[in-house]
Amino acid sequence: MELGDRMNQHALALVDVRKRFGQTEIINGVNLEIVAGERHALIGPNGAGKSTLFNLISGRFPVSSGSIALNGTDITSKEPQVINRLGLSRSFQINNIFPKLSVFENLRCSVLWVLGYRYSFFKRISALRDAKESAEHTLEMIGLENRREKMAGELTYAEQRALEIGITIASGASVILLDEPTAGMSRSETDVAVELISRVTEGKTLLMVEHDMGVVFDLADRISVLVYGEVIASGTPAEIRMSKKVQEAYLGTAVDGDEE
Amino acid sequence: MERAFNKSRLILWSSVALLFVLLPFVFPGGFALSILSQLGIAIIFALSYNMLLGQTGLLSFGHAVYFGLGAFVTAHAINFVESGVFGLPISFMPLVGGLAGLVFSLILGFVTTRRPGTPFAMISLGIAEMVAASALMFTTFFGGEGGIVTNRTAGGAVWGISYGPQVQVYYLIAVWCFISMALMFVITRTPLGRIANAVRDNPERTQFVGYNPTRVRWIMMSLAGFFAGIGGALTTINYEIITAESLGLMASGNVVLMAFIGGIGQFWGPIIGAVLVTFLQSFLSNFTQAWLLYFGLLFLLIILFSPGGISSIITIHAPVWRAGVMKRLLPSYMFALWAGFVTLVGIIGVIELLYRGTLVVGVHVAVTWVFAGLLVLVGAFFLRRAIRAVAQVWADLTPELARWS
Repeated sequence: MELGDRMNQHALALVDVRKRFGQTEIINGVNLEIVAGERHALIGPNGAGKSTLFNLISGRFPVSSGSIALNGTDITSKEPQVINRLGLSRSFQINNIFPKLSVFENLRCSVLWVLGYRYSFFKRISALRDAKESAEHTLEMIGLENRREKMAGELTYAEQRALEIGITIASGASVILLDEPTAGMSRSETDVAVELISRVTEGKTLLMVEHDMGVVFDLADRISVLVYGEVIASGTPAEIRMSKKVQEAYLGTAVDGDEE
Repeated sequence: MERAFNKSRLILWSSVALLFVLLPFVFPGGFALSILSQLGIAIIFALSYNMLLGQTGLLSFGHAVYFGLGAFVTAHAINFVESGVFGLPISFMPLVGGLAGLVFSLILGFVTTRRPGTPFAMISLGIAEMVAASALMFTTFFGGEGGIVTNRTAGGAVWGISYGPQVQVYYLIAVWCFISMALMFVITRTPLGRIANAVRDNPERTQFVGYNPTRVRWIMMSLAGFFAGIGGALTTINYEIITAESLGLMASGNVVLMAFIGGIGQFWGPIIGAVLVTFLQSFLSNFTQAWLLYFGLLFLLIILFSPGGISSIITIHAPVWRAGVMKRLLPSYMFALWAGFVTLVGIIGVIELLYRGTLVVGVHVAVTWVFAGLLVLVGAFFLRRAIRAVAQVWADLTPELARWS
């Protein structure tokens, strides 16, 4: 395969990924490597294509050209469920939960496939101890035990945000993509969320889009900067802070400011 | 906790079984038995429809296709048994209908379940039209206008069951209705059942937890087709004749009404709808030719005032009951009931006067008109107030009920 061994060593490897919507090229030739086990933040101004890139990696949209590999397996333009079964799970910038199911059911639905229950209609769901325990474990992790039976659509925004992360991590995927996990949160809620993210991604590979530079510098081992659909810099937080190119791209705005 | 819950569920299902057994003793008449038989069939059909609508979020306008095809295949199967092609006791014929429904919904569902929402609804309508049109073209299978006639006593008596007397047919329907109800209920409590709910709520997100929503919809539709086919087979056995009408748009529309009137949010909602609609169709049509109009009016009222159907009216009162504050709602309810009754009598008067064409000039006709009109006006005036009063009590109760919901 032309992807080469380079891709095999990485949890995620993107080679010359491009995405066009009509005439406009949103992503123009992204090369990105995420080392297994690292926490990697993707930053960049609004409209840089961060969410689009997430949608390409997770299979929500097909790429126009280029290739994407997950743990050495080609996942370019595969369907989302196929990519998910290979061990990649993602969250959404706008809460994307199952509003009429209870919080517990939201989490239980998220582990059924990975536990091998697939489309079974011969097993009673209440008898599946592993699914129950797994869901309860996640419930505890995201701190929503006392909301267990509440309809997910009735949770507060911050609680739904936590559930969003819960659904994402419940299946135990090895590569986690979080799209602006702290969007719309207050300072104190953000602190709780950062603590949660660092706990639930322990020992996993994390790629996250984040606007809050405090969160980015708290969590990330490495940072990539996306501007106009291109990665202009990749490196440790210190390197990114020093980078001239990054400072130019963020012209007039401080790197550790909040550019909403 | 869970154990106690299961115990109450066991009691509930045993009571249903007991009810099914006892009903013919309470209502032994021929007309009653025929209504009860229809009820059993309607319940299966409505519940199978709700596997699509309530559980998977698929609004189908062509569910009678699988009911009807199951019925036709069963009719031919019974005729084959009669002519000695193969042997199968009539008691197991519903399986034939079910399998036919399953096969057809597997084939047609593969095409229709690709997209949810409006495209699915439109395609289901198209398929219903297509099958209804084919029914009049392929007369060998569908029997043309006359339909297919069968003889339910074809297999002879097995263990003394000949299916000559209607009461035996009733029990056949009751047994299959109970089995179908139980199975459909159990399916809601399986991994597939839960994922179907997730697909209903948010198909996109199910993909990101590893599921293919199209596959979920397809399987649910096939299972729904299976149970609809069982209902169709029972219809064939019950009436010994099946015509293209049973798979037409009217029949498909009817089951949509049953589900919505009963309520799609609860498993048992469509049962209420099936019972009510079947009753109205059987009884109301004896009293007035305008019964379809009343039927439409009922549907309109439910959609306007209780979009969750009758079952949601019941479930919203569960916390009221638990909190023990039902008596505070009662006065306003009695008021609304009274005002509603007056309005209804007025409306019935107007409709019947119109329908029976009594536009003849005459003193007592004029008096009747004025009286009916007056009832509508007075009733509507008080009904508005009553509705406001009910809303007020509910608003007062809401904070107290939060603990009990």
